[in-house]
Amino acid sequence: MAAGLCWSCDTKDPAPPGGNLRIEFDNVVGDKNLVLNGVSYENATGEDFVVTKFNYFVSNFRLYKTDGSVFTVPQDSCYFLVKEDNRASQFVTLKNIPTGDYDHVEFMVGVDSLRNTMPEAKRTGALDPGGDMAGDGMYWAWNSGYIFVKLEGSSSFGNPTNDKFYYHIGLYGGYDKPTVNNTRIVKIKFGDDLARVTEGHTPEVHLFADVLKFFDGPATNLSIAEYPGIMAAEVHRPYTQKIADNYKQMFSYDHIH
Amino acid sequence: MMSAEKKYAVSGLLALWLLTVVAVSCGKKNDDPEPEPGGPTPYNWVKPVHFPDPVYDFSKNPLTNEGIRLGMFLFYDGIMSRTNEIGCGTCHQQQAAFTHHGHELSHGVDDLIGTRNSLAVQNMAWSPRFFWDGGVHDLDFSPLNAIENPVELDESVPSIIEKLKAGPRPGAKMPVDYPQLFREAFGTEEITTGRTMRALSQFMLTMVSATSKYDFYLMGDQSALNTQEKEGMLLFEKNCSSCHAGVLLTDHSFRNNGLVPMRINDRGHSEITGDKADRYKFKVPSLRNVGVTLPYMHDGRYHSLEEVLSHYSDSVRLFMKSGSEAVETLDPLLANPEKPGIPLTKSEQQAIIAFLHTLTDEIFLKDPKLADPGIGNAL
Repeated sequence: MAAGLCWSCDTKDPAPPGGNLRIEFDNVVGDKNLVLNGVSYENATGEDFVVTKFNYFVSNFRLYKTDGSVFTVPQDSCYFLVKEDNRASQFVTLKNIPTGDYDHVEFMVGVDSLRNTMPEAKRTGALDPGGDMAGDGMYWAWNSGYIFVKLEGSSSFGNPTNDKFYYHIGLYGGYDKPTVNNTRIVKIKFGDDLARVTEGHTPEVHLFADVLKFFDGPATNLSIAEYPGIMAAEVHRPYTQKIADNYKQMFSYDHIH
Repeated sequence: MMSAEKKYAVSGLLALWLLTVVAVSCGKKNDDPEPEPGGPTPYNWVKPVHFPDPVYDFSKNPLTNEGIRLGMFLFYDGIMSRTNEIGCGTCHQQQAAFTHHGHELSHGVDDLIGTRNSLAVQNMAWSPRFFWDGGVHDLDFSPLNAIENPVELDESVPSIIEKLKAGPRPGAKMPVDYPQLFREAFGTEEITTGRTMRALSQFMLTMVSATSKYDFYLMGDQSALNTQEKEGMLLFEKNCSSCHAGVLLTDHSFRNNGLVPMRINDRGHSEITGDKADRYKFKVPSLRNVGVTLPYMHDGRYHSLEEVLSHYSDSVRLFMKSGSEAVETLDPLLANPEKPGIPLTKSEQQAIIAFLHTLTDEIFLKDPKLADPGIGNAL
């Protein structure tokens, strides 16, 4: 009974004044919308490809106001898994944001090293390590750590056994010995627009994530024929950093509504 | 035939079920709010006096009798595999210190063969790293590795959770009401990845081996070891204990001990760290119960302790001449160019083997509290 009373006291505390801001992660291939399982696209190397899976983690959001002040989304509510085959997952709602005018956002692609080494109790929701690797699983059970970006598909340049390609890019920097760190911080300015957060209005920032830029970027033009599978093997690790430099660049701003 | 342990476990379940029924009916008879039927009973995990402090953080997963019991069922039940046949206990059998007795490499679902020899599950509370390559650094995450490995349990956690939620499984060797066991262990019937892993950890943390003849010797009983075993102990301390160190008989490091790689060219620890300097390095295993954990090495290539001792004494020299890429990372302690390996006479080897057998912990190997309650398949 006493416990019950305390609980209701707690819930009566007024929530801090604020609103919400929503970010849509709209996955595209160049100037086309991404369609899974069917539509064939072509990378800069000239290789055809069909995408069957495109999942990625975005986390550690920071919102910048025009006056230069920054709001950091609290740690325990800052991890989101965007999946192309799940429309709801493409809308990331940041809650209890101080009201005001924001002109850019910063976020991490991946899951930071701290969270990657936290006790199991801190790994619920999108961070549940029990995912199905043949399905949407984004956790390496054999090499403890999250997969940050998972891109799979098929191509006539895919591996000779089944024409497929598999890119599972992760690695957070190592538990007790430094490894490569493929988390990347992305900063996106909302053009000349502002996201006006009020208590009654939730602005929605529409971003693109371009699969072509995963393949072709400042760091490398990833060739499916050369690399039909990249995960965490020792031999591939230096190259995964180039892919990470590519996916850091794959996001762009479109509009706010 | 039903073993004594099995009868005990079944009647224990019945007793708990009865208790639950009684508690519920009391509540109905009387409108006064009864105190909640007691939560899980804390389990007093005792560190052996001659052991160091554990590295597992018990505060994040306090052990309870009910949590351990749930973990025991989960550990042995084939429900953890795609085929419902293979459990953790299939490749980790108690009488072999929770290894897969006699198997060079373990077979999982559909008789698929793994690439490494199954490691002993014992004294996990002191292990900072798990698996031969050290890919996992938290016990709570270890089961995921075996569950998801396509040649081990080939299952996914979401699928296991669905099966556990469904209650007693038709065709199971005994009916186990998992939602009820989760309620007893964690207060509600909710089944999550975290609760499943924590329960498995709780059970595995009770697998403490600290009552071998050697332990009795360390605790002051001079008569626990005979003359040859004592001679072997001194030789061991001189020649082996820089890696198989201390009371746990491992320094928890990863080392290349001079094995010519087999065809699959398993590079071990470097697949985790990405560091070339870690190629062909594998976990230094504890030697507790080593007398019953044959075969030996990460790939199970040696079938007896005699072969292992002869490896260190004679084969490392041949390995150094093999021209293998693996020679580059051979452990410096074995790579003395004038005296490669650990040269030992046959009688010295025999004495060391006699000592190694004093690490066999019969109390641990036969502890009924760690035994299969009758749900498992030891294949």
